Amino acid sequence: MIFLKPGILTSIQDIGRQGFQDKGVNPSGAMDTLSMRLLNILLGNKEEEAVVEFHNPSPTVRFEEYALFAIGGGNFNPALNNKAISPWKIQQAKPGDMLSFGKKEKGERGYIAVKGGFQIEDVLGSQSTNLKAGFGGLKIDKGSTLSLNLKNGQLYSASEKVKETPKTVNVKMRPPFELKQEIRVIAGKDLSCLDQASRDSVFSQCFIITTHADRMGYRLEGDRLNLKDGGEVISSSVAFGTIQLLPDGQVIILMADHQTSGGYPKVANVISVDLPLLAQLSVGQHITFREISTEVAESVFEKQEREINKFKSAVNLYS
Amino acid sequence: MEFEIHVLSDCSATLYFEQKISAEINDKVLATVAWIKVNPFQGLLEVVPAYASVTVYYDILLVKQNDFSVPTAFAFVEKYLSQIPFNKLEKPIYLNDIIEIPVSYNGEDLEFVLEQLNLERKELIELHSAPVYRVYMMGFLPGFAYLGGMNKVLALPRKTKPLLNVREGSVGIAGLQTGIYPVESPGGWQLIGQTEIQLFDLNTPKLSLLNPGDRVKFVSV
Repeated sequence: MIFLKPGILTSIQDIGRQGFQDKGVNPSGAMDTLSMRLLNILLGNKEEEAVVEFHNPSPTVRFEEYALFAIGGGNFNPALNNKAISPWKIQQAKPGDMLSFGKKEKGERGYIAVKGGFQIEDVLGSQSTNLKAGFGGLKIDKGSTLSLNLKNGQLYSASEKVKETPKTVNVKMRPPFELKQEIRVIAGKDLSCLDQASRDSVFSQCFIITTHADRMGYRLEGDRLNLKDGGEVISSSVAFGTIQLLPDGQVIILMADHQTSGGYPKVANVISVDLPLLAQLSVGQHITFREISTEVAESVFEKQEREINKFKSAVNLYS
Repeated sequence: MEFEIHVLSDCSATLYFEQKISAEINDKVLATVAWIKVNPFQGLLEVVPAYASVTVYYDILLVKQNDFSVPTAFAFVEKYLSQIPFNKLEKPIYLNDIIEIPVSYNGEDLEFVLEQLNLERKELIELHSAPVYRVYMMGFLPGFAYLGGMNKVLALPRKTKPLLNVREGSVGIAGLQTGIYPVESPGGWQLIGQTEIQLFDLNTPKLSLLNPGDRVKFVSV
């Protein structure tokens, strides 16, 4: 496929680059890994197959080969040859077909997945684009091309099977989109270093996502949070979802392209299951934090994985 | 052995030693990482050293298979980490020679830095290139080493307005730290020099020229 319009910050992402943080290599990966995984499962791919992640303005793509593909993530009103198509559903394209997107309705990021995946070289075990380091995956520019792994013949037999599969991802499984989102967190090491009023305020106030929100992190605006004392901490590792308190009393949530380490107090960490919700929130949206225990966070995660596995079994029955 | 274990995220945990920057504590960190790599638990994805802490990232479902009696994956990891025989860990042996970094002391902030510190260029070069620095940890960018051991005389605050594009190979100072930008990046350190040496190379097995525990010396060219 060829990108006639690149969109903004369109890139190739998979589940991320693990195992090299001790060399300072940040993991990258899709922001909304749930959408990425569901689309891949739908297409019968391995869950972590690389997909195209895009934003608003969105890209316009012309297929150069036969393809089975699916669109998911936020709702960007996809169209094939200017005719609306359903997201979260397997679609077929032939050479010359044009995939475009309309007005963004919900969410912040969209995903294009193709059956069999894209021909992209693995760098350190991943196809994710590391924009900061300048390696891996592909940053999409105007005219960028992507070849598919599955060629016409293989796709033909695949498409025969597709007719039988549950061809759509159940609405209940997709990331929900609310104007005001509650995000569940577990307490961070330095939560107890906040003064009592600030500690209460973390979980009672409404934060706004500022314009400084991208793949590296979301800066939030809210009532100032204060530490009981100091605030200097020695740099240690951080994670996707770590909420750090900045010197100006505001917080930042680290996202997929976060640095590997941080020297700011760690107030809390967003639970894995809620990271895809966060990834779909836009500038200006409101969020509140609710603290849950590690035990609950793990059981919520296990429940999600059971649901995903059920879906996977349902798809596998037909492929 | 004093340490604390905290959850980082719902699938990572950090073991904190006494929170100070010292070679002795960083040695413990590296010895702990070495032990974990030799004695991993099922579900361990990654172990990462920092100045005075070690973080493990894990797969919740795989960890829980280790022991069905533990209530959470974190509880298992916490138990695993606290059972590490810290007092028997051997001090890491550093066989590597001192890694020399050739630097042209001609950074774009050099004049400003000399003025602020009231130093001659020759004095600054001497002060900056005399110590043997220790790599305490990696972070910020692929191949970026946090170096300790800079002369306090060179301490300067970082820029109030970070640069959008700091050139690859720029050598900077900020606070008590000095470091080298391995790739072009935004950055707020005062830039005093430039090196041609490649700090991160996908074509070498160790990827990063510098690694935790390494000793580093700057050489003026």
